[in-house]
Amino acid sequence: MKKIEFIIRPFKLDEVKEALTAAGVHGMTITEVKGFGRQRGHKEIYRGAEYQVDFVAKVKIEVVCEDAITPAVVEAARAAAITGQVGDGKIFVLPVDDAMRIRTGETGEAAI
Amino acid sequence: MDAADTGFVLMSAALVMFMTPGLALFYGGMVRAKNVLATLMQSFILLGLVSVLWAVVGYTLAFGTDVGGVIGALNHLLLAGVGGDAPEGWTLTIPPAAFMIFQCMFAVITPALITGAFAERMRFAPFLVFSGLWLVLVYCPMAHWVWGGGWMGAMGALDFAGGAVVHMCSAAAALAGCLVIGPRRGFGKEAHIPHNLPMTILGAGILWFGWFGFNAGSALAANAQAAMAFATTHFAAAAGALSWVAVEWRHRGRATTLGAVSGAVAGLVAITPAAGYVSVGASLVMGIAAGAVCYWAVLQKNRFGYDDALDVVGIHGVGGTLGALATGVFADFGEFRGLLAGNPTQLWIQLVSVVATWVFCFLMSYVLFKVIDATLGLRVSPEDETRGLDVNEHRETGYQW
Repeated sequence: MKKIEFIIRPFKLDEVKEALTAAGVHGMTITEVKGFGRQRGHKEIYRGAEYQVDFVAKVKIEVVCEDAITPAVVEAARAAAITGQVGDGKIFVLPVDDAMRIRTGETGEAAI
Repeated sequence: MDAADTGFVLMSAALVMFMTPGLALFYGGMVRAKNVLATLMQSFILLGLVSVLWAVVGYTLAFGTDVGGVIGALNHLLLAGVGGDAPEGWTLTIPPAAFMIFQCMFAVITPALITGAFAERMRFAPFLVFSGLWLVLVYCPMAHWVWGGGWMGAMGALDFAGGAVVHMCSAAAALAGCLVIGPRRGFGKEAHIPHNLPMTILGAGILWFGWFGFNAGSALAANAQAAMAFATTHFAAAAGALSWVAVEWRHRGRATTLGAVSGAVAGLVAITPAAGYVSVGASLVMGIAAGAVCYWAVLQKNRFGYDDALDVVGIHGVGGTLGALATGVFADFGEFRGLLAGNPTQLWIQLVSVVATWVFCFLMSYVLFKVIDATLGLRVSPEDETRGLDVNEHRETGYQW
């Protein structure tokens, strides 16, 4: 099993969600987050003074899926999230030792 | 006594009262979320503190029998003799109580204006001490000098609704305050960004609305001068909003909401001393000038390095000064004539009143701040400043998220 974290542009959330579902992902957790990479924030203007705002609003999606479909899930999400501009985000793939469905006690891939 | 005049002044007093919570919202939106309640409180509590002081001693110091042109006598202590019946020699057509309560609202909002300068770092207790002493030692003499039979009014200085008494006076105190208390932590290094501009915009709208009472009500009668003051007030605010936005659009490439409301307030401040004395055409010119000049003025604080957090000096100080001088240029109402109406002396008188107001209010406020800083301490600790004033000073938080 793999955990995949997607940091994406907030306006791309719907498209990425549809792409993940189509690729066989059954559930996800999302968080509104702030951060920066190469995009390095933006400028805001208050009474004529410019301020650098370093942290940009992004959405983080977390999913856990079977090893077999992981490459397809990553590629589907990338295709949905891309604009080609700096600031499109990142995808991280992490190994997962185990999982459990709380209601039934099922473990492993059966739990996801 | 005149029923229409009395009703008009009482309604105007209610409008001016509403400006103080309006100012609280205007300022409250501009600070960071952790200081929103402390900032609202510094305006709102003055409805309590200043009103009580006004009844006890403030009114009589400002409007008691003149003593040497500098202060009122104590003949109206605890509002003695300030009732429904006018005393002999009283020329107004409203009861003394109506005049007193209208003036009370001016006394409330003036020290509230100062709070923008030391926002986000002032302790509550020394703030209360300062505001009470400042009312008695600075505001009451100023109000007496201009409106209460003192030397400035006798000299012929024109201040229709408080360009000197309210705006320059509070701005001079604001400058003294931010110099004594010092800049906020991180000033110039980290961005202090407004946490809720919709709140600020609502506050500015309430200020604009209340200002009709402030300026038109200052005619103290429901007459032609009040109608003119109402109109000039509106047009100066409108022109100020447009002018500020136009200048910043050209300078920074965007029209901002904070710019629009700041320009409107700048226009309102500038027209205040002139409202009942100038034409609508002059009010448009003054509004345009105020929006552009005040935009430039607020940028200067970054150059000089003093942290006037919410730009009291840039908007109320510069706008008030501009308005007082422009009154000497554009005044043309009955016997009140300025430069363009063939009376250049008026501009000189206005200049004297401007300099005297700045010097007196700045020096008195500077000493007051210094004394309170040395005895009580004005400022929160660095750790408390980082945590925010709301939790430290009031044991509350503005938002639960």
